[in-house]
Amino acid sequence: MNTPLIMFLAFVGLTLLITFWAAKKNTGASAYFAAGRSITGWQNGLAVAGDYMSAASFLGISGMIYVAGYDGFMYSVGFLVAYITVLLIVAEPLRNAGKYTMADLLAYRLKPRPVRALASLSTLVVSTFYMIAQMVGAGAIIKQLINIDFEPAVIGVGLLMLVYVVFGGMLATTWVQIIKALLLMVGAILLSYLVMKFHHFSVTEFFNSVAHADYGGSEAPKNLMDPGLKFGVAVAGPWGPIDLISLCIGLVLGTAGLPHILVRFYTVPDAKTARSSVVWAMAIIGLFYIMTTLFGFGAATIIKKALLTTGGKLDVNMVAPILARELGGEFFFAFISAVAFATILAVVAGLTMSASASFAHDFYSNVIHHGKENRPGAEIRVARITAFCVGAASIGFAIYLGPTVNAAFLVGLAFSVAASANLPVIVLSVFWKRFNTAGAVAGLSVGLVASIVLILLSPSGIYGKEGAPFPLSNPGIVSIPIGFLAAWLGTIFSARDPEGEAKFAELKVRAHTGLGAEKATSH
Amino acid sequence: MSEKSPVNWEAIEAKPEFRALLAQKKAFIIPAFVFCMIYYLALPVLVGYFPEMMKKKVWGEVNVAYVFALSQFILAWVMAFLYVRVAARWDKSAAAVIHGHD
Repeated sequence: MNTPLIMFLAFVGLTLLITFWAAKKNTGASAYFAAGRSITGWQNGLAVAGDYMSAASFLGISGMIYVAGYDGFMYSVGFLVAYITVLLIVAEPLRNAGKYTMADLLAYRLKPRPVRALASLSTLVVSTFYMIAQMVGAGAIIKQLINIDFEPAVIGVGLLMLVYVVFGGMLATTWVQIIKALLLMVGAILLSYLVMKFHHFSVTEFFNSVAHADYGGSEAPKNLMDPGLKFGVAVAGPWGPIDLISLCIGLVLGTAGLPHILVRFYTVPDAKTARSSVVWAMAIIGLFYIMTTLFGFGAATIIKKALLTTGGKLDVNMVAPILARELGGEFFFAFISAVAFATILAVVAGLTMSASASFAHDFYSNVIHHGKENRPGAEIRVARITAFCVGAASIGFAIYLGPTVNAAFLVGLAFSVAASANLPVIVLSVFWKRFNTAGAVAGLSVGLVASIVLILLSPSGIYGKEGAPFPLSNPGIVSIPIGFLAAWLGTIFSARDPEGEAKFAELKVRAHTGLGAEKATSH
Repeated sequence: MSEKSPVNWEAIEAKPEFRALLAQKKAFIIPAFVFCMIYYLALPVLVGYFPEMMKKKVWGEVNVAYVFALSQFILAWVMAFLYVRVAARWDKSAAAVIHGHD
């Protein structure tokens, strides 16, 4: 038994207890899908922050900044500023006008069946890519930590996650996120403190070191403060700067279209709490991402590259845990690894929750059964079964793709799809009277296809770096306008929808005043 | 949600108070959002196309690029603070609009 394993099991035990508690409270759809709408502002803020600060954030960004310096920090900035879009445009109307899922908002005045079917598909696609990335990350960590093979590691993670979701529903996954977010913040603060201690608590010394980063003396000094090490023209060719702009556009607009984040806004009692939870999340997430400066840049002044290299390849996902070991010994390494692992587990649970809720509520209840629940509890049972299937599928994909697939690439894909397919339709539905079902169908489908095709044709896709027909790794700058364009063209070139336009008054009043919004259930 | 009579959405939507509320919201949200997007996207544009300017050091080894990146965090937090403040006023107007309808 080693320390990381013990800490990890302790965390797992705690969260299983929570799941058991939540299972008892899960009476009815509102409890299972929306935690009874009883989550408070700061709790949801922590849960949203937890959902957001996934493997890509903690492990991936540390690694990216370690290698590419300032250009890696661009991810940190984008991930936070994205919440402006959420706060100003999406969070409150969503909470006011919907019930359990993003498609509830879309189906408000549009024909439910085609819209819900596509929204459900889009949710499943985004969630699956995000989830596979996490599963791959989890498998890699566990493999390193407790020395079992990648496949059983992934299976173990998947099974645990399924227990949370199948039995605990939204209430359990919310509380798991909250605890994990707290642990992650503690870990990040400690790591940052130790980095500054290494640099004698001198900000000047820290930045001097970063500007002459020599990776613990193992390489010639490099100025990591300078932009351009990843996206600069010298490194990435003339398309580099455009790729960076495309990435930034995808990041800032993608969060507002991520189903597993949006669904968190249904767990609070009202729109005003949804608003305050976004603000709490921004405070926590912002603080966290500023700290990535310290443990990302800082790691490059401390860790020799050899420490991260296994089999000739640089395992950049392990920068944060190795930094913990270098600065705080085995115990701190264990803590950070357990926290990183808990992070992944919690995010995977959240993703499965939103994907299965979408399938059960949007597709099963509304598309197949026309909104009628044939037996009480049927919708919940379908959600649980879907969770199981989605979990199994993502385990399968992760094993098939193996531990060398780039987790950040998959997460970037998720953001681009979300921004290209979901966001245009959400925005136009709430703000444009003329918007109709044809437009929604066009927007969702074209946005989905465009972003996925462009990624497959990109240098990170199926043709590899040299033969790629599409020069950007991030498709946002092309696929997002295509999504909006498709939604607009689909609307103006199809028949007007008098029923839908008539309902716009109702949607407007609901979205902007909260009248008639789904209230919290009392326990 | 207990309603004795169905809500007359059109009537509420037609109320001058409601329309005024929507106009107020637009007057803040649209300029605020556009400003934030321009300020934020200036970052990759400047960093990509004016790298020498961005590499200029401002304080020790800290360069313009890093300071500008940090300012984005400030932008986000300030905007959140301003929004919450103005939204509190909108909440009061919204409550006044639906008075008598719930």
